Amino acid sequence: MSKARSSVARTGLVHLALGAYTLLALFPIFLVLVNSFKTRAGIFSAPLQLPNAKTFSLIGYETVLKQGDFLGYFQNSLIVTVASIFLVLLFGAMAAFALSEYRFRGNTMMALYLALGIMIPIRLGTVAILQGMVATGLVNTLTALILVYTAQGLPLAVFILSEFMRQVSDDLKNAGRVDGLSEYTIFFRLVLPLVRPAMATVAVFTMIPIWNDLWFPLILAPGEKTKTVTLGAQMFIGQYVTNWNAVLSTLSLAILPVLILYFIFSRQLIRGITAGAVK
Amino acid sequence: MITKDNAVSALTLQNITKRFGSTDVIRGVDLDVAEGEFVVFVGPSGCGKSTLLRIIAGLEDQTSGHVTIAGRNVDVTPPAKRGIAMVFQSYALYPHLTVKGNMGLALKQEGVEKSEIERRIAAAAKMLHLETLLDRRPSELSGGQRQRVAIGRAIVRQPKLFLFDEPLSNLDAALRVNTRIEIANLHRLLGGTMIYVTHDQIEAMTLADKIVVLSAGKIEQVGRPIDLYNKPANLFVAGFIGSPKMNFLTGAAAEKLDATTIGIRPEHIRVVPAGGVWEGKVSHLEKLGSDTFVYVAVEGADMVTVRIVGQADFEVGSTVGLAADEAHIHRFDKDGRAL
Repeated sequence: MSKARSSVARTGLVHLALGAYTLLALFPIFLVLVNSFKTRAGIFSAPLQLPNAKTFSLIGYETVLKQGDFLGYFQNSLIVTVASIFLVLLFGAMAAFALSEYRFRGNTMMALYLALGIMIPIRLGTVAILQGMVATGLVNTLTALILVYTAQGLPLAVFILSEFMRQVSDDLKNAGRVDGLSEYTIFFRLVLPLVRPAMATVAVFTMIPIWNDLWFPLILAPGEKTKTVTLGAQMFIGQYVTNWNAVLSTLSLAILPVLILYFIFSRQLIRGITAGAVK
Repeated sequence: MITKDNAVSALTLQNITKRFGSTDVIRGVDLDVAEGEFVVFVGPSGCGKSTLLRIIAGLEDQTSGHVTIAGRNVDVTPPAKRGIAMVFQSYALYPHLTVKGNMGLALKQEGVEKSEIERRIAAAAKMLHLETLLDRRPSELSGGQRQRVAIGRAIVRQPKLFLFDEPLSNLDAALRVNTRIEIANLHRLLGGTMIYVTHDQIEAMTLADKIVVLSAGKIEQVGRPIDLYNKPANLFVAGFIGSPKMNFLTGAAAEKLDATTIGIRPEHIRVVPAGGVWEGKVSHLEKLGSDTFVYVAVEGADMVTVRIVGQADFEVGSTVGLAADEAHIHRFDKDGRAL
């Protein structure tokens, strides 16, 4: 058995499968990156070719940086994403702690109610959300987006985190209680550090759809001041003519911040797993 | 003998009950613990001993009844203000704090002066041989060291009541014996009142001044370890205390002595040549060197265990006679109560 597991052919096949999948996943990104550095003619004549002396051009990036306020768009996207992740993690973890730690009437019903959001897409409520935002005067503000995204991210966060919090040793929490720590201290100092890997997972799952979303920025905050990157990129896509250089450059740039955020969280994820816990 | 009259008892439980939904976990427990006493709660898993300890600690609310610690009713007092300290089965050290931080946290929460905290930590560390480990984190300690830190964390608080929740179950056999002796020494040294929960009757016998045997949420018997061994009040206690288990015989053998069931401990039965009071076939032998356990299948009874001090040899399948030590036969009525 152990012989078979260590056999070269077997390991090779596993690596082959993983490699193939990696290629498949990276191909569109590769295509976007490569073509963002080419002239328009270069993009259309040979889309798979790397840029050479004749087709290399920074025209896309120049357009992006000159037209519109892209730095502002990036800032908007970043504010919305980071604020939403923060709120989702904070409230999600608090709700998860309450559901997993305290016995109270309606605990199970509450957990089911909160999990329901995973199955029902928030976009079904777009009209009602828009009406609400109009009524409260939040249209064309980043607050509107942050509120919607927090609501969108909470169900999954509560679901995942409450599972993980159930695994945190009861003895540890009780030791804190006997030592006179408040429930808040127990939550923030003892429980949260132990579920850090789960927090990182939730952060990544929450972050990507928010960063890539076009629907809610288009409906709730289409104003110039509140445009996000994905919405900003739309101005290069016309009904008849699309400025592909600019679109591809925007998308390439848009990958960067989310990549950085991902690296931050994934490092937390690894550190969380390797740090010695209770036993 | 240990109980002092007039003295305020360290802990009093009055008719404690606990329900989870429709399940009765604790069904009316009354108990009085004198100051300085080492009391062990023992019972099979699910008997409610841990729940009872958590009720004393205030980590669980009793459904009815009263808890009094050192003369003060603590029914609605939070755990930290009850004057208790607790040692947990899984050590439950704070992973983000050093050994020193772990031991000092509760005192810091209480607002004890810094120099006093230092002094108490140093004293506890000396007692538990932790001086060189004070700056380590729990993840850098072995199981035995972690448990000593957990005990140290309890000592520094100078509580009115020490609570131990199966503190040795996570340790390996050799370490368990050492830590058991250490806990006994600690009790002698500190003289504090200790409540100790375990499912291991050897721990109970060796540590306790007073054993409380629990089963299905009720107290079966309270007494000194040796009294529980010599005079079990009922079948449950008779079967639970002592290892190997007491032999129980029903039917004709019991009726001869006016009882429904009779019990004889393995050490009170002798193997005699065939033709004794009972006869049976040897079905298994366990040779421990210091003792030999002989398992004999007796007709009309379950397997009978015989303990022979020293070394002995019998052929499996051979027929032997058994004779019981008349003075050590326990008799029980049809409700399982001792006669």
